Amino acid sequence: METFPFLNQLLQFLVTGLTVGAIYAMVAIGFNIIYNVTEIINLAQGEFVMLGGLVMVSVHTSLGLPLLLAFPVTVLVVTLVGVLLDRLAIRPIRKPSVMTLIIATVAASIIIKGLAMIIWGKSPYDLPAFSGRTPIDIGGVIIQPQYLWVIGFLVAVAVGLTLFFNRTILGKAMGACADNPDAARLVGINVRHMVLLSFALSAAIGAVAGLTLTPIALMDYDRGAMLAIKGFGAAILGGLGSFPGAILGGLILGLIESLSAGMLASGYKDAYALIILLAVLFIRPSGILGNLEVTRFKRF
Amino acid sequence: MLEIEKLSAGYGPIPAIREISLTVPEGRVVSIIGANGAGKSTLLKAVSGLNANKSGCILFQGRNITGLGADRIVGLGLSQVAEGRQIFAHMSVADNIQLGAYLYYRRRHRAEIKERSDQVYAMFPILAKRAKQIAGTLSGGEQQMLAIGRALMTRPKLLLLDEPSMGLAPIVVQEIFQTIETLNGMGMTILLVEQNARAALQIADFAYVLETGQVVLKGPAAQLLNDPKVKAAYLGG
Repeated sequence: METFPFLNQLLQFLVTGLTVGAIYAMVAIGFNIIYNVTEIINLAQGEFVMLGGLVMVSVHTSLGLPLLLAFPVTVLVVTLVGVLLDRLAIRPIRKPSVMTLIIATVAASIIIKGLAMIIWGKSPYDLPAFSGRTPIDIGGVIIQPQYLWVIGFLVAVAVGLTLFFNRTILGKAMGACADNPDAARLVGINVRHMVLLSFALSAAIGAVAGLTLTPIALMDYDRGAMLAIKGFGAAILGGLGSFPGAILGGLILGLIESLSAGMLASGYKDAYALIILLAVLFIRPSGILGNLEVTRFKRF
Repeated sequence: MLEIEKLSAGYGPIPAIREISLTVPEGRVVSIIGANGAGKSTLLKAVSGLNANKSGCILFQGRNITGLGADRIVGLGLSQVAEGRQIFAHMSVADNIQLGAYLYYRRRHRAEIKERSDQVYAMFPILAKRAKQIAGTLSGGEQQMLAIGRALMTRPKLLLLDEPSMGLAPIVVQEIFQTIETLNGMGMTILLVEQNARAALQIADFAYVLETGQVVLKGPAAQLLNDPKVKAAYLGG
């Protein structure tokens, strides 16, 4: 069979880019859930992803729980961290302004990172891939089975959340808190519970992103901040608060990163994402799918 | 049904309303009139629990609700239609109505929810027509109807209405006030806060006049309508 080295290479970059992008998209979705309910940018979002990977290492590799059990246990543990983040860092703040709360999430992320370093040390960990590492070869393009898991989870999370926020009364109530908190209270919605739920939900999604990413890219205590920046960039790129925007933004960011690293200089891999982020903020602050009218009224 | 005693409330250290006492008997319409800034909305927000910065005592059906938050109070049957048509602007009309039933949204209440929303849609047919539309795109009058409809979904026994006529065309105002009368005819107790003093006094049984945070006058609404001081200050002479 004749091969086209350049084309094959390009396709390979696309596949890698989409996979990495799917992770960024999940982080961005996590940002959006909390932002939509509270207007807070939770800068500890990346720590949820890091914890997802490392907790999975502990329960799956160290404790030896089978994958099907280790998965929910990990998600549960990280969800609990999300709940604690709300109870210990967000709720106790009296007279909160959005800015104060964001700073609180920064503080929380530093603490979580420090604790993770004490628990797991500084070395990176690997996890066995969910369905082995035998690559699938499609016309010269190598696809790791784990790539399919990552993209599959992104689809599942996106579909699940769309149904949750549009079809269930609880999801609508969460949206109502973002829409109009006073009106939400007047129909009996406990806004604090909804804030708690938003932290729990985005921690759970962060955990899923982390534990599916680890078999591809390893995980160590220090990865949270960069993942948060990439995810935040994806959320901004797609339009803060928009779920389709988060997916689009994440995939675009992943593709740009993979293509530019492959074709230009890989040393600047992380810089490309930040350049994109800055460019979006300068040119179109509302993002691709964001509404400019709405953005003007928002504080961030 | 509602008894307020020496209620003071505000947003900073200086209260916007001071030691207000008033009573709303079951089945009646009570109006509070007063100029802009007299403290009318502050009073309602303190009663409904949106504003927690208050002292004094609020009894609803004999129960002390002074320390409860808004999301608890509405569950007891006291529902506020907030000033400025506080609807969920980014959601559909149907979702707004549905969220009114949030506190008892269970499968076993499905029949009741259906019945109540049918009633609301019968009362405001325009809402049924626009059920799928995003609430923020409704006209001012329609938004006010939606806010009232959503409040009716919360199973209220007492309805607090904050400036329902604000910013609406006279014909729409008339329609809203007719609705209030209809609701009262169906047995709903109503506490109405209004700048439109004439309309508010016409449908009320009893009324209070608020000035700079204090009750300066009270009495049967018909009597206040003919009161020379009220006429001069609020009814345009």
